[in-house]
Amino acid sequence: MRRKIYLVAGANTISMGTGRKEFNPKKERPGLENYIHEAGQAVLKQVPNPSAIDETVIGNFMAAVFNKQGHLGGFAATIDPDLEFKPSLSVEGACASGGLAIISGIRSVMAETADVVLALGVEVQNTVKAIYGADFLAYAGWFQNRKKSHAYFFPGQFSDRAGAYYEKYGFDNARKGMGRWFRNAIENARLDPTAQEHHNTATDLEGLYHKMTPNGKNFVDHLNFFDCSKVSDGASGILIASEEGLKKLGVPCKDAVEIVGFAQLTRNITSDPPNPLDLTTIRKTAAKALENAGISIEQLGTIETHDCFSIAGILAVEALGLAAPGEGAAYVAAGKTARDGAMPMNTTGGLIGWGHPTGATGVHQAVTIWQQLTGNAGAAQIKLSPAKPYGLSINMGGDDVTVVAIVYKMCDE
Amino acid sequence: MKKDLPFGEISEINNQKQNIKSMNYDERLQHVSVLGAAGKMGSGILLLTAVEMADLSLKPENKGKTFVLNAIDLSDEGLFGLIDYLRIQVLKIAEKKIVWLRQMYADNAALIENSDIIGQYIIDTLRIVRPTTAMEVAYRSQLIFEAVSENKDLKVKILSQIDQNNPNKPWFFTNTSSVPIHIIENEAKLDGRVLGFHFYNPPAVQRLVELIVTEKTLAETSQFAVDYAKALKKVVVKSNDFAGFIGNGHFMRDALYGINKALELSAGRPFAEAVYIVNKITQDYLVRPMGIFQLIDYVGADVVQFIMKVMNPFLHDENLHSPLLDRMLEMGVKGGQHSSGAQKDGFLKYEKGAPVAVFDPETKSYIAIDSFKPNAEEWLGTMPAGFQPWRVAIKVADKESHFSAWFSGLKSLNSPAAKMAVEYGLNSDAIGRKLVADGVAFNENDVNTVMLTGFFHAYGPVNSFFA
Repeated sequence: MRRKIYLVAGANTISMGTGRKEFNPKKERPGLENYIHEAGQAVLKQVPNPSAIDETVIGNFMAAVFNKQGHLGGFAATIDPDLEFKPSLSVEGACASGGLAIISGIRSVMAETADVVLALGVEVQNTVKAIYGADFLAYAGWFQNRKKSHAYFFPGQFSDRAGAYYEKYGFDNARKGMGRWFRNAIENARLDPTAQEHHNTATDLEGLYHKMTPNGKNFVDHLNFFDCSKVSDGASGILIASEEGLKKLGVPCKDAVEIVGFAQLTRNITSDPPNPLDLTTIRKTAAKALENAGISIEQLGTIETHDCFSIAGILAVEALGLAAPGEGAAYVAAGKTARDGAMPMNTTGGLIGWGHPTGATGVHQAVTIWQQLTGNAGAAQIKLSPAKPYGLSINMGGDDVTVVAIVYKMCDE
Repeated sequence: MKKDLPFGEISEINNQKQNIKSMNYDERLQHVSVLGAAGKMGSGILLLTAVEMADLSLKPENKGKTFVLNAIDLSDEGLFGLIDYLRIQVLKIAEKKIVWLRQMYADNAALIENSDIIGQYIIDTLRIVRPTTAMEVAYRSQLIFEAVSENKDLKVKILSQIDQNNPNKPWFFTNTSSVPIHIIENEAKLDGRVLGFHFYNPPAVQRLVELIVTEKTLAETSQFAVDYAKALKKVVVKSNDFAGFIGNGHFMRDALYGINKALELSAGRPFAEAVYIVNKITQDYLVRPMGIFQLIDYVGADVVQFIMKVMNPFLHDENLHSPLLDRMLEMGVKGGQHSSGAQKDGFLKYEKGAPVAVFDPETKSYIAIDSFKPNAEEWLGTMPAGFQPWRVAIKVADKESHFSAWFSGLKSLNSPAAKMAVEYGLNSDAIGRKLVADGVAFNENDVNTVMLTGFFHAYGPVNSFFA
């Protein structure tokens, strides 16, 4: 990194949708603008001098269809009048839009065109039934292939990956790991009051999971509903700052985390994944980010990974090299990714537990890592060893097409 | 009869005649009519049939074949409403089976997104439906659903007119809930081509269908009825051809018992209080989805009176008649539902679906429940321990133990409310057993299935809880 970059003042709205007690699909709910305002304000309130913000980047995937709204950069000034007549733009890379918002901010600060950038991610998806939302989310794939794809496009894509995994490494072995992934997600979400599954009180989560056999007649062949992240409305925000920027904001370094490396790679959207058992882009992007940061995976204290589906969690474990190919399910089943495991992952629930407001997810992941590394995670706080002061986030857009990986470090001071 | 035939030539008729015996399930459903299609029951039957026909039309082997469903009703206004109803309901149905629909429309390159496919399915279903006020269109049908008013003479008149003008020897499925089928069959001269296919209200939601055949009903007609019900994912209970069949056979007697209990109780206290008490005991103590007076209002006091009137001549050892019902109806207290589905006032007055007052025939006005509730509650006493309302009890895994414990508790109590509940439960049990003894139901299990699925009871009326 040619300049020291910090993240500070992370904030999330509630991830709203089925599972939250206050969610009522029949009643009018807050709109896109409310989420942007709420998350933005929650960030600004944490710093003594919010007028130091030079620029805003908003990550969003499909507001143009979910909310009939494009041109989201124009909403920055609704957060605070001070943000008007400053640079503001939106970025899109499917479900990696949030991650792209953060690295856009990082680049701007590195390029010295800004000292402080407000990065937001937002998505409001409960405006349509899931069956139509599936059409919109499918725009993250190549539309020319849509005709032959599944009604539930992404579950269909990852069901194929799960099917290949079952075939090669055994159904029971895989489901055991996936069921444990689900359990971890819900248990972690219960500890975060903004999580969509915060109110989930089900006992024996793995028992519940295994009771529902995948049924291709109603859904997809190889996944059940518990394998999937839900439809969510939500926004997250965080500030990206240089050393100078932190000073301008009036924030001490101890309240921030340092970005020590990142990478963003994209695979050809018009081709099928080279190997259904390998999240190739995630593997390459994570390796590059760690290389850029100059650390090894053993130095990580926690990871946020993009578990839009439980199988994506298992495959990410393998792509990161935490387990050998085919051994990811057993690694997870053994509790190694649990909050008290060898490598705590998705400590506020991840996409399955916390929620998946698509364009917000990459920012939410950064907020979670920032919370954990600064001791701000509340009930969800995990114990981190000073020997492992790093965190990693993996944000994926489409079926392993666009990936953003960011490496974070506790502040030295 | 052929002189009235408005369509086709004789050769065509003969061809059709020759096809009658070899007609398979799909062919039978190629030309169908629903009589009374804009009514509460008719519209539901039309919806389910339209969807079944649309699904058949999508099968590769049926490509190029026409499927026609006549929606016949006297009301133009009703038929306008019917199309709106169909569009909304078919949309919901299509959304639920999108996975299957994507496969069915796989060959149509223009339909890519779920929304494209759902939109096309709605069109494909609606274009099967031909709304009309002209009954003559049924002269070409192979299958006719009858859901007109519960009036035997009217049913006989319409069915015989269609049969005399229809060269296809069509099959008739009547939705009557009370008229014996053999009487319709004999008077309309249908000779084995009619059966009772009794949906519960609303047909699109309720899973139960009572199937009633006569001594003459053709085996293939009855087999088709079972297959059709199965395709609609309905639970079929076969009932003997006896007025009221199983569902109304139980409900009418149970309702009359409730009305008479309220009358008995009103000897010593205001009528409105008595109705409130019996309604509460039947809902809460007996753990039913609604109290007996609310159920009468739901069905319509006029409908209840009418069905009792239809059934009564066929009953030799009892008098299924309530002078109180007659009196209420004379005063215009009818119940039933508004077209929006909201409950109309009947024995009880409703606000947002919940009872708030009770009709008093003496003053011809509704008395607010709040005004007498303390007195009624004093008679009822505190709710016994272990009470779970119907909406909770219906989800209990081990219902046998749950209700066994609850009703044992009631039996051990000495309160007049608990006693009335137990007597009521015993009476309901006796009605169920009588339906079997009289040969209306084939067995006790069928009686219980009808009450569980058609009336949403949480336990069957024939049980050992009250003895």
